[in-house]
Amino acid sequence: MSRYMGTSVKRVEDPRFLQGQGRYVANLSLPGMAHVAVKRSPLAHAKILGIDSSEAEALDGVIGVYTGQDLLDGGASFACGSLPCGFTPPDIVTPAHNPVAVDKVRHVGDAIAVVVAESPYIAEDALDLIDVDLDPLPVVVDARAAVEDDAPLVHDDVGTNLSFHWPLGDEDAVNEALSGSDHVVELEFVNQRLIANAMEPRACAAEWDSSTESMTVWTTSQNPHTIRLLLGAFTLGIPEHKLRVISPDVGGGFGSKIFHYPEEVIVPWVARAIGRPAKWVASRTESYVTDAQGRDHITRAKLGVNEDGTITGLHVTTWANLGAYLSTFAPLIPTALYITLLSGVYKIPVIFGESYGALTNTVPVDAYRGAGRPEASYLLETMVDLAARRLDMDPVEFRRKNLIPSDEFPYQTPVALEYDSGNYQGLFDKIEELSGYQSLRQEQEKARADGRLVGIGFSSCIEASGPAPSAVAVGLGAAIGLFESGSIRVHPTGKISVFTGSHSHGQGHETTFAQIVADELGVAMEDVEIVHGDTDRVPYGVGTYGSRSAAIGGSALVKSAEKIRDKLKKIAAHMLEASVEDMVYDQDEGTISVAGSPESAKTFAELAFAVTTADNLPDGMEPGLEETSFYDPANFTFPASAHAAMVEIDAKTGEVEIQSYAAVDDVGNVINPMIVEGQILGGIVQGVGQALWEHGIYGEDGQLLSGSMLSYTMPRADGFPAIAVDRIETPSPHNPLGVKGAGEMGTIAGTATISSAVLDALAPLGVTHLNMPLTAEKIHNAIVAAGNGGGE
Amino acid sequence: MKVTIEVNGQAYEKEVEPRILLVDFLRNDLGLTGTNVGCDTSQCGACTVHMDGMAVKSCTILAVQADGSSVKTIEGLASNGQLHPMQQAFWDEHGLQCGFCTPGMIMASVTLADGNPEIDDNDVRHGLEGNFCRCTGYENIVKAVKAGASAMAGGEA
Repeated sequence: MSRYMGTSVKRVEDPRFLQGQGRYVANLSLPGMAHVAVKRSPLAHAKILGIDSSEAEALDGVIGVYTGQDLLDGGASFACGSLPCGFTPPDIVTPAHNPVAVDKVRHVGDAIAVVVAESPYIAEDALDLIDVDLDPLPVVVDARAAVEDDAPLVHDDVGTNLSFHWPLGDEDAVNEALSGSDHVVELEFVNQRLIANAMEPRACAAEWDSSTESMTVWTTSQNPHTIRLLLGAFTLGIPEHKLRVISPDVGGGFGSKIFHYPEEVIVPWVARAIGRPAKWVASRTESYVTDAQGRDHITRAKLGVNEDGTITGLHVTTWANLGAYLSTFAPLIPTALYITLLSGVYKIPVIFGESYGALTNTVPVDAYRGAGRPEASYLLETMVDLAARRLDMDPVEFRRKNLIPSDEFPYQTPVALEYDSGNYQGLFDKIEELSGYQSLRQEQEKARADGRLVGIGFSSCIEASGPAPSAVAVGLGAAIGLFESGSIRVHPTGKISVFTGSHSHGQGHETTFAQIVADELGVAMEDVEIVHGDTDRVPYGVGTYGSRSAAIGGSALVKSAEKIRDKLKKIAAHMLEASVEDMVYDQDEGTISVAGSPESAKTFAELAFAVTTADNLPDGMEPGLEETSFYDPANFTFPASAHAAMVEIDAKTGEVEIQSYAAVDDVGNVINPMIVEGQILGGIVQGVGQALWEHGIYGEDGQLLSGSMLSYTMPRADGFPAIAVDRIETPSPHNPLGVKGAGEMGTIAGTATISSAVLDALAPLGVTHLNMPLTAEKIHNAIVAAGNGGGE
Repeated sequence: MKVTIEVNGQAYEKEVEPRILLVDFLRNDLGLTGTNVGCDTSQCGACTVHMDGMAVKSCTILAVQADGSSVKTIEGLASNGQLHPMQQAFWDEHGLQCGFCTPGMIMASVTLADGNPEIDDNDVRHGLEGNFCRCTGYENIVKAVKAGASAMAGGEA
């Protein structure tokens, strides 16, 4: 029996955060540190005719001003290279991305020049003194418009704004299935642009050591090894062994801190150029125009259904907005993380999906919590609701008719993925009970009779989490394998340091990973310290995204713990003069004894010390107790969920009030229920943010109109009722912990559930669809239009 | 300009530029980096501190405006190695994930809960409208503030 796994251990990392001792990059202060600020483009598309920085350079306290050409030339520092794209399917067009623009600017916020000064205030002052001569060019912000023939080119040299076209599935078979169906429901809709808004703005600091010609970079990254690799191999050319990347405490990521950003090139470049440490901290305004954004799809979908409620086929065409440059993993999101998820939890005989990846004059788009999977889920659940309504069938009943049965796992979908395990009927049973679905429907009926606009939303969803088997990932176009490292170092006294390539930026790995290792070795959690986020301390690893840490990073630790146990068993057998096969490792007590003679037990600490004295080891055994594993998963894991919510719309104002929300998730085995529940709750609220409020709006001139927390509506504490959360556990059969990803499920389901609820509330008015966000204004207009005969 | 500001019980006399924000004074001049900066439009509340007992957003106040004031930051909340009841409640109820909003959230919660041991969900949720958290979905923060409010009044956390 495990002592820690499955229990809600309080988080060991919390005391420092509770007392203001978080080690965020912005807090870093190094002797002689200079401050970096970046001059950014106020226009979405323009030629740079000239940059006059003489006044800025003359300002007291300014150390230097540098342009994009200075970075390319290198000067006293490195000659910078283009920021690379890390996912390149066949025939993709990958335009260059200079850390600081050289010939022209391509989105509002594109870097134009770099100021280095003695204080952040002086650096800001200097920005205003730089005179940039910009010649405006025509702008394109819409993905579908961008790939039309007459669209302005974002990158002239590549001759097109179409970066890729990615089809998957048998289109002829789908067309045939649809034409043979009793009904085909069709919809064109937008999945709007979102902005991640991790509470900690990005930051980067760097220090060059000329004596060893080595660089240390501190950056707010979810994957410091990837940043080291890209800095080493592409952007700065610093040999990897001379480069240390540290991501200490990182204040939230949600995907936006996966990518290699220009400032991670600029700041180390500056540190070497001036021979002093340098630091840049984004203002929130900068975050809005430089952090990679999310979603932004235009989609046309057709779903075939028969009168009996069975789904016959799905056809999807999506125009995905990639922004002005290809961010590190941008092409992955609307392709292999989106089209492949279009089967959801349903048996759909044939599916065809295709994505057009379009370059536009907007901030780059990349993974944002869920990354492709929320887009797929929202699409499918919206279509399923439409189909149920067409058939006049209860939407839950309709879904149940099409669920993949529990005895059909592993289940091969028509879109490449093989689901590892699942119990979708179980999820539906539990959510109906938890939400009181039947009584909600009765309440709704009464409310509707009173003329009130009450809606019930329902969503089931699937996620492919834990990317990914390296052979699959690289085969699809990934530049690196997606395994994870986990290293366990047992000190002479039996205390343990654990080094993981996963990165925690809110997920609580210092707790959950300690739970895993303590259980695997039978030691106290207090004796286990988790180290992450430092490429000089941790073996090469891949980092945290795609809800992969427990399934892959955790499994690597299980493998290393097995190796430690094996070695200790050999030592104990040698000390006890027994055969290794007879040794029993008691993982509750942390002892090893001969089977049948518990009195012979040697403790973990005794054995750890014996490895250090090393005077009585089995023949040929090396001293030392330290093991490293690299775990490459056999498959993704496939967590699933079913959520239900009730909303009421104020018919006069269009305001949506969430009256109840219930969530049942299946993330396989659970290491720490408190932490998993926290992930689900936080995810739901983020997902509801997309459904009701959040929208990165670009004007036709490419200006981000919702470019601050004043105009981009973040979810606040007052927008929600208490959320009921429960779970079922269907372990993943292919990783040793049986866990599945928990980080993104809430977000994926939250969006679709609340959108479903709002549209259900408006259905009696004849409203069939509204694009998100479902703001009061939009709903109010729909109600008015319906009243004026705009409905059915 | 010269300012005299008491921070966490210690008096500081410092020469500051008139334009320096209180949060920058705390972070850069005093090295008290527990107070975080999450936005530049006074929405997010990450920088919340107490000034003369009131919760204020320290990004919206100049250091010179705090002249003669007594300021308390997250670093000054625990005493004698004991977490403040509100800090303890955030820990117990899993009211934080990445920790970045936490100092401001706790400072706002302490004034919200002060003298209000029976504070209900609705009052907590409205009382924290000015503090953003992107991780927790607020639910556990609401639980923490209620538990903290009760504990501050001497009840069970």
